[in-house]
Amino acid sequence: MKMRVHSAVRRVVNWGMTGLCLTAVLMALMPLGSILWLVVSKGARSLSISFLTELPAAVGESGGGVGNAIVGTLYLVVLAGLLGLPLGVGAGVYLAERGAGRLGSAVRFTAEVLGSVPSIVVGVVAYGLVVATMHRFSALAGGLALGILMVPTLARATEEMVRLVPHTLREASLALGVPAWRTTLSIVLRTAWGGILNVALLGIARAAGETAPLLFTSLNNQYWNFRPDQPTASLTVQIFNYAISPYEDWQRKAWGSALVLLLLVGLLSLLAHFTRRRSAI
Amino acid sequence: MTAKLQVSSLNAWFSTTQALKNINVEVAANRVLAIIGPSGCGKSTFVRCLNRMHELLPGARSEGRVLLDGEDVYSKALDPSTLRRRVGMVFQRANVFPTLSIRDNVLSGLKLNRVKKNYQEVLERTLRQTALWDEVKDRLSSDATQLSGGQQQRLCIARALAVEPEVLLMDEPASALDPIATAKIEELIDELKSRYTIVIVTHNMQQAIRISDFTAFFCMGELIEQGATKQLFTKPEKQQTEDYVTGKFG
Amino acid sequence: MLLPQTDRRHIGDRVFGIVLPVLGCALLAVALIIFFACAKLALPAIEKLGVLRLLTGSDWNPVEESFGALPFIYGTLVTSLVGIVLALPISVGLALFLTEMAPRQVRVVVAMLVQILAGIPSVVYGLWGLMVLVPLLRSTVEPALGRWLGFLPLFRGPPIGLGYLAAGIILAIMILPTIASVTVEVLRTMPQALREGALALGATPWEAIRLVVLPYARRGIFGAAILGLGRALGETMAVTMVIGNQPEIHASLFSPGYTLPSVIANEFAEATGAVHTGALAALALALFLVSLTLSGAARVLIRSRRLR
Ligand SMILES: Nc1ncnc2c1ncn2[C@@H]1O[C@H](COP(=O)(O)OP(=O)(O)OP(=O)(O)O)[C@@H](O)[C@H]1O
Ligand SMILES: [Mg+2]
Repeated sequence: MKMRVHSAVRRVVNWGMTGLCLTAVLMALMPLGSILWLVVSKGARSLSISFLTELPAAVGESGGGVGNAIVGTLYLVVLAGLLGLPLGVGAGVYLAERGAGRLGSAVRFTAEVLGSVPSIVVGVVAYGLVVATMHRFSALAGGLALGILMVPTLARATEEMVRLVPHTLREASLALGVPAWRTTLSIVLRTAWGGILNVALLGIARAAGETAPLLFTSLNNQYWNFRPDQPTASLTVQIFNYAISPYEDWQRKAWGSALVLLLLVGLLSLLAHFTRRRSAI
Repeated sequence: MTAKLQVSSLNAWFSTTQALKNINVEVAANRVLAIIGPSGCGKSTFVRCLNRMHELLPGARSEGRVLLDGEDVYSKALDPSTLRRRVGMVFQRANVFPTLSIRDNVLSGLKLNRVKKNYQEVLERTLRQTALWDEVKDRLSSDATQLSGGQQQRLCIARALAVEPEVLLMDEPASALDPIATAKIEELIDELKSRYTIVIVTHNMQQAIRISDFTAFFCMGELIEQGATKQLFTKPEKQQTEDYVTGKFG
Repeated sequence: MLLPQTDRRHIGDRVFGIVLPVLGCALLAVALIIFFACAKLALPAIEKLGVLRLLTGSDWNPVEESFGALPFIYGTLVTSLVGIVLALPISVGLALFLTEMAPRQVRVVVAMLVQILAGIPSVVYGLWGLMVLVPLLRSTVEPALGRWLGFLPLFRGPPIGLGYLAAGIILAIMILPTIASVTVEVLRTMPQALREGALALGATPWEAIRLVVLPYARRGIFGAAILGLGRALGETMAVTMVIGNQPEIHASLFSPGYTLPSVIANEFAEATGAVHTGALAALALALFLVSLTLSGAARVLIRSRRLR
């Protein structure tokens, strides 16, 4: 009798805890649902051709868009890619191919640890390196900040991808008398290419969503800008400025810009997903 | 006649465990040497020492002399990749390059080494040699991974032949193949003998008898006995060899 | 000097043997550059005020060049702690659900949603926090908390919405995917046999979790929490948008405050003079060092679990 009560209690506890875990899942996903729903529903209202292509309007004026901010964000991530990808991918290849020793462990640990450096700190670094020496805010500074931010994660992820290439392929190539360096480039990296592209696209998607390091590097710009030595607009900084403004019209535009940003980031991630699925490993 | 390959006092280690102990072997040009012995006795390690693939594994090292046409293979003056172009290798498991087409797989050794040749001619010749030509000639541009296991293995042989090595090392090339594909490969070896020196590892003693001129029997990292194949299988000198070839052990 | 005559390795191999390690070292250089670039900017402030004054002073006044970061440090700690306290149980629950309970299809979908959660840019979290969370706190949550738990100093004062609590909740949402995914990773390394052993002895699934799974994963979960804490300390935009940006110290979670990253974000572009810039850069440097320490410690904890 006592046994039976005891096991009933145990069963109830088991169900109760399972229920709690389920509640945790719902609590974790509720904000996601709310955010996505609001960004889409509120953002869609301000979405239009002119919103995507025009320059921002002055306070009080209606209309206007975030065309320059979209272009600015793309410009910044291209700069970031040019600076960050070679270094990140290169370091990753080093880790996978020659990273067995002490130096390799040090580099790997540094990459892991740098991966969680606050992005705002990197903004300060880019300010010190570029803005302070050129005496003006510039797209280059913003691109540098985003580029540095990419490197650690990129290095680790690239390493993982290169390591997925079976050792037998490397041996096959070396046994043909292909020198080690060309084996790495033409066989190993070519096989890992889909994975590396995936990693790179994810890094770029993350960079596109960064705000903090841009606030005092690329700053903002009311106009179109394609010069690396000039301040430039970006979607994220624009969202920030619109969101904290007291004007209802601007707040609406914040939701609209947020939708554009999510679409951009989502598209890049989707593309990344696609490259991974098509890859050879 | 001088030996094509001459191995003397070869020792090999994996970090601390010794996989080969004082091996002395000679292989004459245009002959087939079969390596037999129980699993784990160092057969793979031995052939991998001949083209310096052994040293690529972490912690692996070797000592002793390997002479190719009288020239020290381990000399510092010799780039391993030059050596490996002269001493080709076929592995136990087919390892085609998954990102390359059938054509590019065959030609990969030439293309990656920037060797200019009549590619079409090489392609057709090697694929015919491996009896693949008729099977793949209509889909040379498709992915090599679409081929069957046996076809992939023959593709790997074609790939090794395309570089035109002098010596061909084969590590149980037929162990994953069905009897028909195996027969094709044995035929191929017989044909290749006129132009190449071949060292082949095999688990299958009938195969060794069919294809090889000489046989070396390894056990526990040591070379127990070597000699003309017929002799070794019919009148072995050592008891251990006799036990193995008659199936009493191993 | 001539290369040794005997080195006949392919020229490409020799180049590669130099280029690859250089690329690896470049990553080490990045760490040094971050440190020195911040330190160089910070120098004027450190020279003028000293580290102690910078970190323990509670007066932040750019006009008088008086910089004490205590309110920011306090705000950073409080918001991060609130974030961790809220996020930890939820992430562990989520991770347990994903590894121990959910059927495959559900697991795949939930894991994907958590990934999406991790991929949302922080400025979008900030926008949502400002427009949705803050009004909700002001109108409903904070008055209710005040009514029921008002005897604690934490939950006293007027419900403003903007403040420590809002920032803490946003941080909890943002670090949740990090903690959950690391926890899942740790749980995955656990040998299935241990779990099955407990179940075979007649334990209910929950008892197996409590008696076997959680003890096994304890250090790893601790590491995950520290990793999340590191994330929370450095998170900028979302916090800046909902914390109220007042350089003050309050016991109540309902009060507006300020954090280290937020003050850098708000003042850096318009900093007046080398000392102001320097003070902000010094804060960045402090953030860098703290985050290095935390994530280094977290990695060691997570890995030590893995090795066993
Ligand atoms: N990568 C390695 N690390 C450590 N030891 C190894 C490694 N590869 C092989 N060995 C050891 O070296 C010895 C010889 O191995 P080898 O692969 O040469 O045997 P084998 O004769 O080819 O066997 P099989 O017929 O199974 O292929 C074995 O005892 C094996 O355990
Ligand atoms: Mg073997």
